Amino acid sequence: MRWGILTGVVLASLVTTAAYAQSAAPIKLADVAELSGGGATAGNNWKNGIDLAVEEVNAKGGILGHRIEVTHADTQSNPGVARAQAQKALDDEPYALLGPGFSGSVKVVAPLAAEAGIAEIMGGEAAELTQGGNKFLFRTSFGQQSSMPKVAKYINDEIKAKSVAVVWVNNDFGRGGRDAVTREFGRYGIKVAADLSTEAGQADFAADVSKVKAASPDAVFIYLNEDESARILKELRRQGVTVPLIGETTLVGQKVVELAGEAANGARGHVGLTTDAPVDLVRAFREKFVKKYNYIPDHNGIKGYLAIYMIKAATEKMGKPDSKMLASSLHGLTIKAANEPGILMDMTIDQNGDIDRQGFLVEIVNGKQVVKQVLPKLN
Amino acid sequence: MTRQAKFWRLALGVIAIAALVLVPMNLNRYGLFILSQWAVMTIAAMGLNLTLGYAGQVSLAQGAFVGIGAYAAAILTTQGMPLIAALAVAILLCFAIGWLLGYPALRVQHHYLAFVTLAFSTLAFLVFRNEDWLTKGIYGISNIPRPVILGFPTSRPLPFYYLCLGSLGLVSAVMWWLIRSPWGRAFRGLRENPLRAQSLGIDTRRYTLMAFAIGSALGGVAGALYAPLNQYIDPVPFNLSLSLDLLMMVIVGGAGFFFGPFLGAMIAVLLPEWLRFTEGYYLMFYAIAVIGLLIYSPTGILGILDRLVTERRTRAASALRAAGKAQFEATP
Amino acid sequence: MSNLLDLVVAGLATGAIYALIAVGFTLLWQASQTINFAQGEFVMLPAFLMLAVMHAGAPFWLAILAGIVLSMLLLGLGFKMLLVDPMLRHGVLPLAIATMALAVGIKEAVKKFFGAEASPFPSIVPAGDIAIFGRMVSLQSIGVLVVAILAVIGLTFLLNRTAIGRQMQATAQNPAAARIVGIPVERMILLTFLINGFLVALASLLVTPIYLAKFSSGEALGQAAFIAAIVGGFNQVRGAIAGGLLIGVADNLAAAYVSTQYRAAVPMILLIVIILFRPQGLLGRAEERTV
Repeated sequence: MRWGILTGVVLASLVTTAAYAQSAAPIKLADVAELSGGGATAGNNWKNGIDLAVEEVNAKGGILGHRIEVTHADTQSNPGVARAQAQKALDDEPYALLGPGFSGSVKVVAPLAAEAGIAEIMGGEAAELTQGGNKFLFRTSFGQQSSMPKVAKYINDEIKAKSVAVVWVNNDFGRGGRDAVTREFGRYGIKVAADLSTEAGQADFAADVSKVKAASPDAVFIYLNEDESARILKELRRQGVTVPLIGETTLVGQKVVELAGEAANGARGHVGLTTDAPVDLVRAFREKFVKKYNYIPDHNGIKGYLAIYMIKAATEKMGKPDSKMLASSLHGLTIKAANEPGILMDMTIDQNGDIDRQGFLVEIVNGKQVVKQVLPKLN
Repeated sequence: MTRQAKFWRLALGVIAIAALVLVPMNLNRYGLFILSQWAVMTIAAMGLNLTLGYAGQVSLAQGAFVGIGAYAAAILTTQGMPLIAALAVAILLCFAIGWLLGYPALRVQHHYLAFVTLAFSTLAFLVFRNEDWLTKGIYGISNIPRPVILGFPTSRPLPFYYLCLGSLGLVSAVMWWLIRSPWGRAFRGLRENPLRAQSLGIDTRRYTLMAFAIGSALGGVAGALYAPLNQYIDPVPFNLSLSLDLLMMVIVGGAGFFFGPFLGAMIAVLLPEWLRFTEGYYLMFYAIAVIGLLIYSPTGILGILDRLVTERRTRAASALRAAGKAQFEATP
Repeated sequence: MSNLLDLVVAGLATGAIYALIAVGFTLLWQASQTINFAQGEFVMLPAFLMLAVMHAGAPFWLAILAGIVLSMLLLGLGFKMLLVDPMLRHGVLPLAIATMALAVGIKEAVKKFFGAEASPFPSIVPAGDIAIFGRMVSLQSIGVLVVAILAVIGLTFLLNRTAIGRQMQATAQNPAAARIVGIPVERMILLTFLINGFLVALASLLVTPIYLAKFSSGEALGQAAFIAAIVGGFNQVRGAIAGGLLIGVADNLAAAYVSTQYRAAVPMILLIVIILFRPQGLLGRAEERTV
């Protein structure tokens, strides 16, 4: 009964508001993210990035004169709850859906958004998310199918490693990366000397490093969360492992450098989104974030921020807010940072919802991230 | 119980059932999804209530059994088998594993069984996650189809909700019969005083295993519905937290009361939703609410009701006694 | 062979952490039949309290003292008065559930007020490694091990050799009889909670530099300590040390020689084996069942 009355009241108020609408109706965005549970750190960063962007855009007049209103819902890092929250959000007919970050939750939510015809911009990095033919799903970062070939190429061409030990965190993020990179190694004929799964939140890496040593690899590929990356770097240093250590954004972030200290020197990584990028717009973003939230964001914070600007750019291309056409407007869109500073780096979105953007190969030297190679956008 | 009380009870039951059937027709997809979740969790909680509330055995593995049922359903239905087959497999599998797991219950008592089931819970999660040849591991199983029941498809939210509600009704009927049967009385004897029960000739070993196995099988039933409800499962939800949540549902609702699980599941599923307006604080308030409730009434919500009813009856009886006594003493 | 030694030493270091947390856990159970599912969060919280005091400008040593005092007040006295006292007479299970809810509450509160990021925490033991048996061991790990052993020795001395300690034991074994003999039962139970408050603050101080101050660090620690307490012997304080060290070493050996994917299973299997064949734990006393 209560729900029926509530729905009635909401509908009535919506109709009356529409009738009275003189100035532009706000653009409603719904964010469904991991605000508690295992994904809370990533989810909270994502949320903060979104809030920062929304604040900025609204301060400049909104999207084509429409204010953005965003609501945040907590998936508790649970796909069942994610589905419920997404369903609730979609029932309100938002302009677009944001999140979630966990690939598992994305897999549950994406069909719902597609059915409702609402574009979903999310933070998941698993390769398969954009390979199912969903026309309404968009990434904010490289999918693992884009980033891992670059890593493998670097390991093969520059480091000339013939055998690599792979250390990964046993969740959908780590597993996806490990599968993708192992596939790439196969293509180059690089042997996987050791395949070590670790737990999220693990503090003791003695056994894993011990196994790495026993495998005598030419290089070690590390795909863990930031806290654990710092710990394994310290352990690798402690046990005297000297072969090259390569990873991704989570290995060479400033947070890791802070926590690992000297042990982080020499670590290298392919980085798609990093607040340490030698790009002025990124630096400016970081300062704004730190000013508002008092901590340095991780790459999820950037993802959330970009999602809002992607929507802004696509809507401006259409000339008016049209949620039904938003997805097709995003497909094939190229957003240049010169035109839209909020996008931080030039980005092209392809027909699958994957993005193409500049990347970097960095190395930690004397406690600082130094760019060794800039990997340009493909187009 | 007086005729009047019985009448009111029956009327309340009819109204509740009618509400559960009719009101959802006006609900949006989200409301229906939440109600379906509630129905599924109630089934799992009822199983735990049998094990804990009636037979007095602490189990921390109920979440794992839900997981086993869910994976059985997911694997079989994505291979094209009907849900009924999956349900049968889930029930048999969980019953068997429950029986085997219940074996240590004979050697140890009370909190020790909790530890064994806790260990099993973690092991089950690891198997779900690592054995990807069977469960697709951390990637999970997607595109789980909604079943077709007697020719009716359940892909839309409302028909699927009725499926969940119907299953809940069926399970409730079975439980009602079980508790009223001699078996049910034996279970209660086990809870109150195992030694005395044994001295009365009840095979405690057999009945302990029975309670545990049936409770676990019900967890499997809930899991078999959980899979088509979400249409995607991965190992993440089926860890110790789910078992602890179910335990909380049983205790908060009132362990050993028939309708305890219904209330407990309602609180666990709906309370966080109602509290969501508090934004980031909602889980904190939820925790405080649970603690407060338990402090006020460790026998759960139904425990409060039970206390009120008992107090009422006691006062009525005392009044009668006092009146009778006065009369008795008045006569010379 | 040196590999095995590496793993054992590392395992002892981790195990010492579990042991320190398990000690308080065991103590609470013995004294008042409290199963504290929030013990991991109890270890996580004092570090944040200390960080907050330092944010307010206080020097580290003052923050440590403040943290210990606050911990004893909140997690010892407060915990007892608000949660345990009202619920204990109704049985073990409702209280256990309440501590589960408490764990969630503390975790969420820390996440809300301190953020979801991990913060580094200053260490009272200097960072750095020393060589033991040719293997580099971090000083912090040694620090934890030393403190854990000292804590257990101190507690065992307290319980067995002092009058107060014997009174506490009597209270644990049979509160009714203890009351008859004139032991101030309430005060003894309170003392136990205060000791736990002190122990968790100590553990927090030693463990947080390694685990980092993060709202979620209590979960895994609490669970590991729980298992360690049971495996070692739920009714003997020294069982906590044995259990903790065993779990730490077994976990490392399993990861190295069995499978890193199933490393979390080994403590569980150990638990089941111990429960089946020696329910009182490795060093525990067999509990008699009252008829």
